[in-house]
Amino acid sequence: MKEIFVRLSKCVGCRQCEISCALMHSESHDIHRAVWERPLPRQRVRVTREAGEYFPLRCFHCEDAPCVEACISGAMRIDEDVGRVYNDTSRCVGCHMCVMVCPYGSIQIHEGEKVALKCDRCPDEKEPACVRDCPTRALLVREGALIV
Amino acid sequence: MGRLEERSVDPAALEMLNHAEHEGLETVWDRCRAQEPLCGFGNLGVCCRICLQGPCRIDPFGEGAKRGICGATDYSIVARNVIRAIAGGTAAHSDHGRHVALTLLAHLDGHAPDYRIADPAKAEAVARRIGIDPSGKTAAEITREVAIAALRDFSRLEEEPCTWVTSTVTPGMTEKFEECAIMPSNINGAIAEVMHRSTMGVDADPVNLIFGGLKSALADYAGCHLSTDLTDILFGTPRPLKSQANLGVLDPAKVNITVHGHIPLLSEIVVDVAREMEDEARAAGAAGINVVGICCTANEVLMRKGVPLATNFIAQELAIMTGAVDAIIVDLQCIMPALKTLCECFHTKLITTIPFSKIPGAYHVDFREERAKESARRIVKLAIEAFRERDRSKVHIPQAKNEVIAGFSLEAMLGIFASINKEKPIRALVDAIEDGEIRGIALFAGCTNTKAKHDDGHLTIARELAKNDVFIVATGCAAGAMAKAGYMTSGAVDEFAGPGLKRFLHRLSEASGFEGGLPLAFHMGSCVDNSRAVDLAVMIAKEMGADICDIPYVATAPEAMHEKAVSIGSWAVTLGFPTHVGVIPPVYGSTLVTEVVTKIAEDVFGGYFILETDPMKASAKLIEALDYRNWRRKYSAASPAEGLVAE
Repeated sequence: MKEIFVRLSKCVGCRQCEISCALMHSESHDIHRAVWERPLPRQRVRVTREAGEYFPLRCFHCEDAPCVEACISGAMRIDEDVGRVYNDTSRCVGCHMCVMVCPYGSIQIHEGEKVALKCDRCPDEKEPACVRDCPTRALLVREGALIV
Repeated sequence: MGRLEERSVDPAALEMLNHAEHEGLETVWDRCRAQEPLCGFGNLGVCCRICLQGPCRIDPFGEGAKRGICGATDYSIVARNVIRAIAGGTAAHSDHGRHVALTLLAHLDGHAPDYRIADPAKAEAVARRIGIDPSGKTAAEITREVAIAALRDFSRLEEEPCTWVTSTVTPGMTEKFEECAIMPSNINGAIAEVMHRSTMGVDADPVNLIFGGLKSALADYAGCHLSTDLTDILFGTPRPLKSQANLGVLDPAKVNITVHGHIPLLSEIVVDVAREMEDEARAAGAAGINVVGICCTANEVLMRKGVPLATNFIAQELAIMTGAVDAIIVDLQCIMPALKTLCECFHTKLITTIPFSKIPGAYHVDFREERAKESARRIVKLAIEAFRERDRSKVHIPQAKNEVIAGFSLEAMLGIFASINKEKPIRALVDAIEDGEIRGIALFAGCTNTKAKHDDGHLTIARELAKNDVFIVATGCAAGAMAKAGYMTSGAVDEFAGPGLKRFLHRLSEASGFEGGLPLAFHMGSCVDNSRAVDLAVMIAKEMGADICDIPYVATAPEAMHEKAVSIGSWAVTLGFPTHVGVIPPVYGSTLVTEVVTKIAEDVFGGYFILETDPMKASAKLIEALDYRNWRRKYSAASPAEGLVAE
């Protein structure tokens, strides 16, 4: 199963992944147009800094995802084939139970649309936008077993 | 950016890009790709590196930081960054002018014997314009007074306006600049003020910051204008001449010397010296010496000496890749440091010449005015030596080149207009505007930029505007694009001009007896020579009893790249031109700043920025701007309402 990995020593905290994520989830996919969209596009990754190390925090797509367990409307699902946890926003009622139970704080509340917002791993792309655009290649997609 | 044909519309550039790919040579387009994605914060102008607490950036999507560490919001950060770019441009243009002024004085003091006062009549005309009485004075005396007056625009301590602003714009504009407190009194002071007010903890008011930037922009305008004036005095005011443009001008049989950069102090001398050293080149087995140019140094020597133009900014590396350039002599501005690595793949000698503009690994011939010819001879000798080492198997010169008619200084244009109206030459153009024969005038200026398809914006907009009867003048790398594409020929008039423009240009060609007919686009010179285009606008405005903000005259920089383009664009807006820019400058991070430069500016100055990346849409917007002004002029003439009538 392919996973997104972070090489901690390579992350310089530039936050390009945040920008690329928001752009991927925008209407225009163009930085100069996206900033004029309303509602503003939202990113699903956030660069954090703990103990001097930068870390681009996003959904880990847990095998035993607590958010899927907690979801009352059946919106949060696991795509077993690719190991992806995703939110079917058409079913999401915005109760935010998933936000409460996520151990990583990776799910956010979309204020405007009352739905839970999380990494969808860019299902239509070859690579997730954050991985594709990382200028230092700190983010990588690899087979889980290959990297220890 | 990926596929080669998406990179340029210039056939010579495309041929060389294919060649580069085949040979595994890196170009600016490859490096541009390696930079992608460009930093989103920087692209929007919301990255602040001004103090050491940061760097800070504002989250453009509103979730993260809304203020920098000091509390600066998006609009303060964007405005500070923009005006610092204006200051950078101002420094470049004005330092260029200051250098020419000092050279003139050195010559007059007998320290620069290789120069001469080539155009005493221009010195006299400038003297009269700036209020110096030339009567009874020798050319040398007049020139000295003019040069000193120019230097005073850099050094004035009193709060009096810069001479090169007040003496070149309309009284109405001077009044407006005073009213807005943006009239510079000292070019260096205006730059220093921008740097000061934008440093940590000074000005945070975006509008106030922008006005400070405009003061520097007007200082840039003064610097550009005095550069043009003094260079004309030193090397002659350009007159129409024919030459050729594009990489096909390189001659496989000759020693090819490329002059590149902006300030013609050395390159003019190199052209002369090269003509004297033909025999040495022949002794080395060459058929002679062929001097060609890149960027604005090219425009300067094309305008005055008919030196062929090899290419414009973005394609500078492609000239080296022909393997036929023996030496590339650079002065300052727009010189890619990448040239050095590339020259190492060939026999080409890269020679820097200015003490504060060096590239590691390049030859440096320290250029001094007092021994200009000696410096030039050393350089030409280096080129001839390099020719002996040229590897013929690496030579690949594209055939593409076009004829170009250049040399249209304002004086030259008026000379042509005089064939229709001897008393008031400018009337020829004004009549054509008032009769609706031409829709207005467009100044094409600025650079080339990997963000756009090379030359495409310049040429597409030129075709569209010409088709819609817009009279075209061009400078800088925009002029380079048109020269290479053959738009500066009379053939282009038949091909692209709308019926009105065609009729006007044909009538003008016929009346003036211009050999071979006038071109579609008029080459007015280098980027500092945008001042010539302003002089034309001011003349039209005065003739129409208006200011620039009232006349149908637009400016466009489809591929702006340099800080100099930011400062020129800013003064163009301040002087009253609707100004199109074809790449989005780093302002979109602040709605407020974007609205100020694209909308509010019009309420204050009449000029405003049109930010549009699509050349077809940009053309439509420029035509709309011209039509609006024509409509307003007619309306105000019919019913003189308050505020619509110019003084």
